[in-house]
Amino acid sequence: MSLLSYFFGSKPKTASVAKERLSLLIAHERSANQPTPDFLPALQRELIEVISKYVNVSADDIKVQLGKRDNYEILEVDITLPEQQPK
Amino acid sequence: MARVIVVTSGKGGVGKTTTSASISSGLALRGYKTAVIDFDVGLRNLDLIMGCERRVVYDLINVVNGEANLHQALIKDKHCENLFILPASQTRDKDALTEEGVEKVLKDLEHMGFDYVVCDSPAGIERGAVMALTFADEAIVVTNPEVSSVRDSDRILGILQSKSRRAIEGREAVKEHLLVTRYSPKRVEDGEMLSYKDVQELLRIPLIGAIPESDDVLQASNQGTPAIHLKDSDVATAYQDVVARFLGEDRPLRFVAYEKPGLLKRLFGGK
Repeated sequence: MSLLSYFFGSKPKTASVAKERLSLLIAHERSANQPTPDFLPALQRELIEVISKYVNVSADDIKVQLGKRDNYEILEVDITLPEQQPK
Repeated sequence: MARVIVVTSGKGGVGKTTTSASISSGLALRGYKTAVIDFDVGLRNLDLIMGCERRVVYDLINVVNGEANLHQALIKDKHCENLFILPASQTRDKDALTEEGVEKVLKDLEHMGFDYVVCDSPAGIERGAVMALTFADEAIVVTNPEVSSVRDSDRILGILQSKSRRAIEGREAVKEHLLVTRYSPKRVEDGEMLSYKDVQELLRIPLIGAIPESDDVLQASNQGTPAIHLKDSDVATAYQDVVARFLGEDRPLRFVAYEKPGLLKRLFGGK
């Protein structure tokens, strides 16, 4: 077996397997462990209140998300307006 | 200003206490008045590694609770003139540690003229570990070149960046140092072990040193002598280098390249 793998190219070394697994895992856990600011739910609720004064929207039509791109934090507010009903 | 250094890792058994003992001894040998505090309430071990277990009368919790003052609780190290040990309590549980209590101990140490306070963190990410890092100015993150240790170190770095006083108050961040321990250059060479460069690349903090895997560490703990004091030991030299780098000196990295044993060594054995 070891002789065969010697001639036909061996499996990747375990250290590089470890590194690959860790780099995926750490990237994932770093993004998951970013504390979501606790104002997000309140912000979402208040936005719904304000907007529904003027437009008929439901809670599902407003999405508030905090994202990260490179070194910038991005606050993304996505409001889906209902289709205009002809009066 | 006393500088507070936390020695932390998340994972247990990677060499935090060995490192705390050696680094605090190294700083004291350089002439700095140094205190080393065991934060592992309920499982104290620093006293054994420092060889002062029979002289423990009062502990950190006694001081926090006002049952003893620092002068009574601090144990003078037997190897270094400027080094004092504050042991953890063996009987209380970790809830006995309060943030105010720890802050007061650190303030009092500062008034007593200490230059450095080394906080030996318990494993895990619970109260004791958080208390050990809360007031840190610098952190030495002890990591083995092994998957679970690297992951846990990353986790503790996240906690350092969110729960330390410096982070909460928005001051200059805690200065982080990576210390790779139990390093085996041969296994790295053979592709069986993550290299220190791999670990550094994964954790993305500056490297302060690599301590080779060595039988000497057990020999040191058997005797209650911090490893930095051992004669003719790579581990001792590696820790001396770490202390020098910590103090801003430029030291090339040693004991990270694998040297093939010579013919004589292979024939006649030897370490």
